[in-house]
Amino acid sequence: MASRKAIVGLAAVAAATLLLTSCTASGSGDGGDSGEVEGDITFLTNRTDLQTDGTWDEYIAEFQKEYPDVNVKVEAITNYEDDVTTRLSTPNGYGDVLLIPNSVTPSQYPDFFEALGDADDLADTYRFLAPKTVDGVQYGIALGGNANGVLYNTEVFADAGVTETPATEEDFLAALEAVKGTGAVPLYTNYKDGWPLGGQWTNIVGAVSGDPDAQTAMAHDEEPWTEGTDIYALDSLLFDAVHEGLTEEDPLTTNWEQSKGDFATGKIGSMVLGSWAISQFQAAAEDAGVSKDVVGFMPFPTNVGGQQYATIAGDYYLGVNKNSSHTAAAKAWLDWLIEESGFTDTQGMISAVKSAALPENLGTLEESGVELVELSPAPAGEESLFSDTADLSQVDVWGNIYRQKLIDIARGEADGDKDSYFAQLNEQWGSAVSELAG
Amino acid sequence: MSVSTTGPDPVGISGPLHGVAVLDEGGRRGADGGPGGRRGPGRSPRRAGRQGRRDGPAGRRVLSRLTPYLFVAAAVGLLLLLTYLPAANMLWYSITDWNGLGPVENVVGLDNYVEVFTNPRILSVFGVSLYYFVGAFIQMALALYFATLLSFSTRFSNFFRGVIFFPYLINGVAIGFVFLYLFQPGGTLDTVLGWFGMTDPPQWLGDADIANYSLAGTSVWRYTGLNFVLFLGAIQSIPNDLYEAAELDGANRWQQFTNIIFPGIRRIIGLSFILAVSGSLSVFEIPFIMTGGANGTATFVIQTLQTAFSYRQVGLASAMAVVLLGIVLVVTWIQRKLFPDEKVDLT
Repeated sequence: MASRKAIVGLAAVAAATLLLTSCTASGSGDGGDSGEVEGDITFLTNRTDLQTDGTWDEYIAEFQKEYPDVNVKVEAITNYEDDVTTRLSTPNGYGDVLLIPNSVTPSQYPDFFEALGDADDLADTYRFLAPKTVDGVQYGIALGGNANGVLYNTEVFADAGVTETPATEEDFLAALEAVKGTGAVPLYTNYKDGWPLGGQWTNIVGAVSGDPDAQTAMAHDEEPWTEGTDIYALDSLLFDAVHEGLTEEDPLTTNWEQSKGDFATGKIGSMVLGSWAISQFQAAAEDAGVSKDVVGFMPFPTNVGGQQYATIAGDYYLGVNKNSSHTAAAKAWLDWLIEESGFTDTQGMISAVKSAALPENLGTLEESGVELVELSPAPAGEESLFSDTADLSQVDVWGNIYRQKLIDIARGEADGDKDSYFAQLNEQWGSAVSELAG
Repeated sequence: MSVSTTGPDPVGISGPLHGVAVLDEGGRRGADGGPGGRRGPGRSPRRAGRQGRRDGPAGRRVLSRLTPYLFVAAAVGLLLLLTYLPAANMLWYSITDWNGLGPVENVVGLDNYVEVFTNPRILSVFGVSLYYFVGAFIQMALALYFATLLSFSTRFSNFFRGVIFFPYLINGVAIGFVFLYLFQPGGTLDTVLGWFGMTDPPQWLGDADIANYSLAGTSVWRYTGLNFVLFLGAIQSIPNDLYEAAELDGANRWQQFTNIIFPGIRRIIGLSFILAVSGSLSVFEIPFIMTGGANGTATFVIQTLQTAFSYRQVGLASAMAVVLLGIVLVVTWIQRKLFPDEKVDLT
């Protein structure tokens, strides 16, 4: 009898366990999707600031004028990437419309997201489709896009006597040297916060060579850290700048929020960032009582035969939960956000809609004859190859770990030099390439 | 029905008890006027039912025997659910190449473990643990010193006890940020050093030769309080008459320490030692917040985290976690072998 009780007890524990783990999973599934544009949908976003200032509520009110039967609930999440990645494991735990977390690899999109249409058809209307296309099917559309390049303080550069934006690495380093003379930190790396060393740099791959297939080429290259490639140009410039003391003195104590103000007040000369940052830096400038014209944006300092390029790419992509019960309503909200909300205008981002004009803050790029490059889609079956190679080789091109190490070596705090480190990167990357692509 | 509950009838034999029970039954049956007589009394369902009821006391006995297990069940259930189940999962992931999302695709057997032990980049970070290991000894020595000092009646001893224990009460994240400002160039530490004429302080976190000392120092500052309280509690559990006797015999403070206090708290010191070793192998919070593992300060746990979430190799990271668990177990075992748990006899 004792043992029976014990078994009953254990069974109860087991049942409770099952209940705990399954209660979230047993929610409504695909069933009940009427195909009508109606119902309650949840929208997950990382923009908590737009939640606070009521922008989302305004959008919803506008949206409901057109679709009165749809209720949109906005969930703004501070730690978006991590939280949503965790929530992806429960079918209905990640809302109806959401920004696709970067941790999901392209080959997994069909498991999580609703197909939005044929990529070829959508290509007539939208930019930035490539990263979220798998086997010709589109799983996400960019809420907005950015150009990638260098933010610089126009006044600091003018004080240093730099009148033209540098178009070669040598010119850029010389310009930084001149900026150093004014007492400002010429190039701020944001080493401590880390993320500004990841995608902000790697997104530029393609701009150095002007080759829209540069990422795919790198995924097949066993020695990409060799002179002449995009990634070499980027990391080499970073190395040289650090090595010559043109970056902040103690990188371990950098601070992103503080750096915005320091940039505005002329303590920082430049940072490698996407154009998304322009509006934030302009706001910081106005907070500091400086004209917002101090924030300048230039393409990465290289050229191919005199022609400069800047890559443009989608920021977060909107996707629809595959398990949503109100797919039609979710798609309506997604389309409305992208085409009619005016989000990209107010945020100074490039609209995913091809016919829309470039934002004001990038106007100078076009005037100075910079060509915008949008990366072309990876060949079928290789959508995840670039990020898979990065994962396997443990060279986190989208993260900060290997560039932090590069900076440590450049400032003499870790063993090695430029050649030995690039050789090591080639070896790690190369063995991953030969395993995955070879 | 209550006949047999308390058992010992004055008669002292079971016979009458049984008899009473039967009587009782007979009476009831009579009262019911039921058909019980038609069947064998033993097989009658009603009788079975009554038998059950008669078992009541025995059932209660079983229940009372089960009571402790029921109390434990809640705790064990939660432990199984929140510790052992995830741990079993981790063991399972460690033989796959799962990337953290979606279904597990390939079982790779022991490949991950081979990778952990053959890739020099993975194991080399244990070197960083040495800083914390040495730090742990300094920390225990400091804690023992203060605990001994404050166990004697000292003026303001309660105040000092509070001061020493306080850092342990602050959460690790807050400590990370406080020390981040302390170590900044031109920060608090540099300012204070400036008063003493040290005008050219090093970069406490930026200099790779110093960064690990700074972090280990922070760790010592944080955990000394815990060791201190453990030691103090142990010292105070030593009976007072031993000190009195020692004083009567003319022992000085140092002799009291070596002959009474130290042997008296040897067990706690042994425990602290194990905690120090496993702690220094699995340092995480402080370096993660203060440097994110950059500049050569990555510990094994930080590296495991990076493997799982930056490189999305959850399988490999699980194997690393299992290896760390194994190492801690082995170190503990060696420590127990080298310093067996001696019976302490103070008299």
